[in-house]
Amino acid sequence: MIPEIGHFALILALSVALVQGVFPLVGSLIGKNHWVSIAKPASFAQMFLLTISFVCLLYAFLSNDFSVKYVANNSNSQMPTLFRVSALWGAHEGSLLLWALVLGGWGAAVGFFSKGIPPVMLARVLSVMGLIGVGFMLFMLLTSNPFERLLQIPLEGRQLNPLLQDFGLAVHPPMLYMGYVGLSVAFSFAIAAMIDGKLDAAWARWARPWTNIAWVFLTFGIALGSWWAYYELGWGGWWFWDPVENASLMPWIVGTALIHSLAVTEKRASFKAWTILLCILGFSLSLLGTFLVRSGILTSVHSFASDPERGLFILIFLLAVIGSSLVLFAFRAHKFRSVGAFSLVSRESGLLVNNVILIVMTATVLLGTLYPLIIDAFSSGKISVGPPYFNSVIIPLGVLLYITMGFGFFLRWKKDEPSRILKKTWLPLTVSLVAAFVLPLVTVSDFNIMTSLGLFLGSWVTLAALMWVLSLGRSPFKLPMAAWGSVIAHIGMAMTVIGITLVSIYDTEKDVRLEVGQSYELAGYNFAFKKIESVKVDNYIANRATMDVSLNGELVNNMHPEKRDYGRDQMPMTEAGIDAGFTRDLFVALGEPLGNNAWSFRLYHKPFVRWIWLGAVLMGFGGLLAAFDKRYRRMKKIVVEPVQSANKIKDTSKNTPGVTA
Amino acid sequence: MNKKYFIPLIAFMALVGLMLFGLKNDPKVIPSPFIGQPAPNFSLPKLYKPEEMVTAKEMKGEVWVLNLWASWCVSCRAEHKVLSRLIEKMKVPTIGLNYKDYGTEDYGDEALAWLARYGNPYQSVAVDTEGTAGLDWGVVGVPETFVVDKKGIVRYKFTGPVYDEAMDQILVPLITELRKEKR
Repeated sequence: MIPEIGHFALILALSVALVQGVFPLVGSLIGKNHWVSIAKPASFAQMFLLTISFVCLLYAFLSNDFSVKYVANNSNSQMPTLFRVSALWGAHEGSLLLWALVLGGWGAAVGFFSKGIPPVMLARVLSVMGLIGVGFMLFMLLTSNPFERLLQIPLEGRQLNPLLQDFGLAVHPPMLYMGYVGLSVAFSFAIAAMIDGKLDAAWARWARPWTNIAWVFLTFGIALGSWWAYYELGWGGWWFWDPVENASLMPWIVGTALIHSLAVTEKRASFKAWTILLCILGFSLSLLGTFLVRSGILTSVHSFASDPERGLFILIFLLAVIGSSLVLFAFRAHKFRSVGAFSLVSRESGLLVNNVILIVMTATVLLGTLYPLIIDAFSSGKISVGPPYFNSVIIPLGVLLYITMGFGFFLRWKKDEPSRILKKTWLPLTVSLVAAFVLPLVTVSDFNIMTSLGLFLGSWVTLAALMWVLSLGRSPFKLPMAAWGSVIAHIGMAMTVIGITLVSIYDTEKDVRLEVGQSYELAGYNFAFKKIESVKVDNYIANRATMDVSLNGELVNNMHPEKRDYGRDQMPMTEAGIDAGFTRDLFVALGEPLGNNAWSFRLYHKPFVRWIWLGAVLMGFGGLLAAFDKRYRRMKKIVVEPVQSANKIKDTSKNTPGVTA
Repeated sequence: MNKKYFIPLIAFMALVGLMLFGLKNDPKVIPSPFIGQPAPNFSLPKLYKPEEMVTAKEMKGEVWVLNLWASWCVSCRAEHKVLSRLIEKMKVPTIGLNYKDYGTEDYGDEALAWLARYGNPYQSVAVDTEGTAGLDWGVVGVPETFVVDKKGIVRYKFTGPVYDEAMDQILVPLITELRKEKR
């Protein structure tokens, strides 16, 4: 009964989405006000129905209702509750339902927090989101219904892929989806602006916080995924340039570009058509990511299931959404005249460089990801694409990006003097250069130019950000949140680059054979193999080794790497023992038994690896601060007293040039 | 109207064409012009004994498999367990062609570490630093797996990581069949 309710609620949600997608949009074009006013209640109703549908499926999982095919295929009664919940989005059908729910949630949120947005604009935004929802729900109901029943009810369900039975992965997809789908808000705003034919500072101010929040979720989602791959896959790496990883990285890079270009659109009424294009591109890449993961046209460790029929549906959907928005762009973009002219040395130029670099990066990743496909189509070249390709292109671009980033803080809008910039930046430049060359000389024996480069970029951006915020000469508590957000996010970028540099250059790893009682020394740490035992936990049996790690004779930690067997023909999983630290991680993975009480181990010393994710946390936190900046909440006042508050805004921007971008 | 605003649309159309192609052509069944042709010979240094050479010629007379892999290739990791099972089950001699791996100048630490970690099912591993053998064999991407018959003719090519169903339904019957053929 309950699954049928869920199924029915989903069908109702589709109907509501259809109404939400058609009537407000048509009404806004032909001037029927009561049609326009449907948008908001419809978005709430859609959210409500999707929640019911989602809860019904969740109930089926929690009550081990194996008459539901999707539950039987992805869950069994032996699994801990948390993983029975996360199994809901562990496979195709459920993850689509989560997608739809998240989309409904974003729609309702836009409806709820939109007091300052004119009703016609809001109606169009919600209509576009409704239409996207229609596509996803149709997809689900036609090709991948999660509520499908089985005629013969199995006594026990199948096993969820053990790789996915993990906390990191339980929260990683929802985060990522929040980000992916969140970009649909910016996309819908862009479509609404194109229908309107008008794009002003107010539009940019509506779009900015939504874009920021979506970007924050993407940032956390990607960082979680990377962290998960690091400790769960037991490979000791944190990024593999895998197609599915790339699919999440591309919308993030475009989102980053969009955040910056929106700043120009808001402050200087420039980059208008470009901003619109980035909105379209960001969401398109999110959809493309879904397509790549779900259709199986590219092989990857992440593609757990694939089905060409579904691929075709997503492709048609992709064509409809992106194609129609680009057609609209082709015919309407000329209306967005960018008025703010700027000179070669100006904040606009700096942000232009930022955008160009980020877009080239996106194109690079896209090309590398689709390369097997392109080669397939033209079957001409025979070059393989892997990390060597990505690293050799992304690293130089990244260096340029970080150098620009530091200068960007000090650049003034419209026109700036190179001599003034030099006066402001010579100190952080010199300090970071000196630090970059002296620090490695003091601390490590072998000098590597890449270390200095990474340290230089990181400290340059950090110092520039800090000096900039100090040079504003205001009490830290009176600074706008957006300024703090920007400083923190960019310091996050700096932390990440330092982490990447140091761990790439100085990590050490060793495969060793150890008998119980033997020990091995790596990077100054002594790893002593104490014992190995067999343990049984609810959903697996494991061999658990105990290893004492000591530094200069003092015990650092006991580590417990495991080899887990989840039964049922699943491949054994490696659960690495990790001793995490601010400046280094120690990582032990248990290998195979070699007889005679001996086991193979893989030992890693990974300096500063945490900085990669800590940096991402800072970025996300910065983005969050910026999204909640006060000036985005002044909307209401603008509508009530348009003249007065418009003046107020002008005044603040005059006093503090460039504080809030 | 400004023509430059049509550029994104045109670029997207090209991409869609590509996707449509990708969907129609299951990447796993690309016909290779090399199928039915004599296996291209190669002579490459062995991973564990760089002073010795592996050649395709010396394999003549039995059904054998060539598997292309690299330590940087993520899907190779997924494939490795399946491939190892296939090799063990069918006792089929398999040459691993280590394609353009890291650090190949000093003879592939990464490749050695990779095999140490995941196990080495290969009869021998040939190191193709420059990717020349890969070129001769018409390699599109890593991993790829070829089946060669007793006469030294390439009979089958599998693109992408071999998975369980493909092993049971394609490779095992094919190898059994080919073994029945005369020399």
